[in-house]
Amino acid sequence: MNWKLYSLLKSPWVFHLSTGSCNNCDIEILDFLTPRYDAERFGIQLVGSPRHADILLVTGAMNRKAAPLAKKIYNQMAKPCLVIAFGACGCTQGIFEGSYAVAGTVDSEIPVDLYIPGCPPRPEAIIAGIARLISSIKEKKE
Amino acid sequence: MTALLFYVQASVAAAIIGLITSWYDRKLTARIQWRVGPPFLQPFFDFLKLLGKETIVPAAASRTTFIFAPLFGLASVGVVAAILMKQAFYPGTSFVGDLIVVIYFLAMPPAATIIGGFASGNPLASTGASREMKLILAYELPFILAIITAIIKTGTIEIGQIVSFQAANGSLALSLSGALALAVGFICMQAKLGFVPFDMAEAETEIMAGTFIEYSGPLLAALKLTKFMMFTVMPCFLITLFMGGFSSGIIPGLLKYIVLVTLVVLVKNTNPRLRIDQAVRFFWGPVTGIAIAAIVLAFCGY
Repeated sequence: MNWKLYSLLKSPWVFHLSTGSCNNCDIEILDFLTPRYDAERFGIQLVGSPRHADILLVTGAMNRKAAPLAKKIYNQMAKPCLVIAFGACGCTQGIFEGSYAVAGTVDSEIPVDLYIPGCPPRPEAIIAGIARLISSIKEKKE
Repeated sequence: MTALLFYVQASVAAAIIGLITSWYDRKLTARIQWRVGPPFLQPFFDFLKLLGKETIVPAAASRTTFIFAPLFGLASVGVVAAILMKQAFYPGTSFVGDLIVVIYFLAMPPAATIIGGFASGNPLASTGASREMKLILAYELPFILAIITAIIKTGTIEIGQIVSFQAANGSLALSLSGALALAVGFICMQAKLGFVPFDMAEAETEIMAGTFIEYSGPLLAALKLTKFMMFTVMPCFLITLFMGGFSSGIIPGLLKYIVLVTLVVLVKNTNPRLRIDQAVRFFWGPVTGIAIAAIVLAFCGY
């Protein structure tokens, strides 16, 4: 495994993007960053600018207004980067499936590396998901 | 050639100490918030990762300025590190007026972030840069007044002679005017490092990352490294000026450094962010007042 990917997996900085979620997933993400779950143990930090981020955390069913913006933000990120579709709506559109306001799922707009289902997923699920993503990338490279 | 070699050595040493200091800062912050905190190598991994990422120059940015501003900041803080370390390791090699050189080069990294912020063509970065500019106007006056107190007490503008004066007569911080000047210098250091309560230039919650917002990859790594090196150089500068320098040996010098850094982190963790007008009023009001009182006391011989 090369040093770029190794150090990326050691310090993933997260940019959080909501594409029309009900805010429940976003609150769980904030829970995940509180001292109780202490994401900084794994080097995970929340950053304010997509230019600094290594992981794009997308919540919500991709609605028509948000879809072009999500694509734009993905293009603004410095590569290499990873994308996580978060929550039932992010993975499958959830209860908004078939709605006239929804453009598609997250993975129909941008390439997704990890799905974390749940309505909303618990903070433990986020930690488990990111740990599994890191180990799967490591296995793939070896 | 030897000077260039020493410059590179001092910069690398300051960078490594700065990365370790930033780990100490994050770990202490974590312990204050009752959590575990990052592993020891975390700042090194962050730095390595940023070096491996792509560099994006925004279409609206002024390309040359955008790329070179962080590098100038990094180079200038390296000069300060070289002057201070040469003084610490080889006493008697300083030159007349090196204190003035250090003051100028310490003003360079914030200036570089302002230039880079304006060059990036982002409205949030412009807001951050304009705040940083007001902050510099606010803290430079009391900072220089505090340094003038040390100059009056020792009667020299050479760092080496300030240290040898303190070795002979006891450190300046033990006198009344020296203690006041050290307090002023400490508050100005907090602002120069861009830490809470004076981090309005990069306030994450209101203007995202402010001046840094458009930077990515190696350029962001250079900006972060500049901050970490400032975090090493500024406490060392205050120790050299007011607390007797590093002439008394490794262990007392290290203890002074750890005490100053711990105080910075504690202030950072127990204060909310000020608005920019509050910060300017704070620096031009009480802080400048204390600095002037220190100068008057120094003239009277206290």
